[in-house]
Amino acid sequence: MNGDEYTLSSAVINIVFAMLIASLVLSFTRLVRGPTLPDRVVALDLIANVVVAVTALYSIATGQHVLLDVAIGIALITFLGTVAFAQYIERRARGDE
Amino acid sequence: MSEVMTLVLLFIGATFLLLAAVGVVRMPDVFSRMQAATKAATLGAACMLSAVAVYYDDFGVTIRALLVVAFFLLTAPVAAHVIARAAYFIGVPLWEGTVVDELRGRYDPHTHDLSSGAEEVREEENAVREDEGLDSVDG
Repeated sequence: MNGDEYTLSSAVINIVFAMLIASLVLSFTRLVRGPTLPDRVVALDLIANVVVAVTALYSIATGQHVLLDVAIGIALITFLGTVAFAQYIERRARGDE
Repeated sequence: MSEVMTLVLLFIGATFLLLAAVGVVRMPDVFSRMQAATKAATLGAACMLSAVAVYYDDFGVTIRALLVVAFFLLTAPVAAHVIARAAYFIGVPLWEGTVVDELRGRYDPHTHDLSSGAEEVREEENAVREDEGLDSVDG
């Protein structure tokens, strides 16, 4: 691998990092502004998805493939969190608690 | 070659995630926001993880990346469904440009059971069938 290719790939990785951070910021504005609770849950779900993508990108940028295990954990926990949030919202609507 | 492939997949994935975030900010109500977030974000994350698999070119890494992708493909629809259901129950307002609300009046507000509208039709058909059966017995 020559030097030019390396700088090109690191530039693209930096651009992709910037795009992911922009999407994190955008979904965070929805998390703060969201008029209703489901809006915030949707924003949290999207943030977790972006965090998984950031973990994958970071694993490429640093060459640590172990970081993929972190992505697995985040994906698992996020799904459980979303379902739990939805259960609580629905139970509150039903008036059980 | 695989390096170029990795970069292209990374860029495509980040583009989809950025579009999902823009959709979540710009869409008018919860349900359209959710459909922007779920589908585009799933595809974006899947592209990023495929980029990892292509980059490392290693059996274990590929299996783990495919595992996360499969998990996303399985759980994203479920998560979107439960959030949409909960949002509908707590009466989140629909966008004023909504054309049709198919679920209006279909959900029992206390038990949260969904009726499809086929129940009344089925009862009528059963009634008709009973009548015919009685006729045949009489005949």
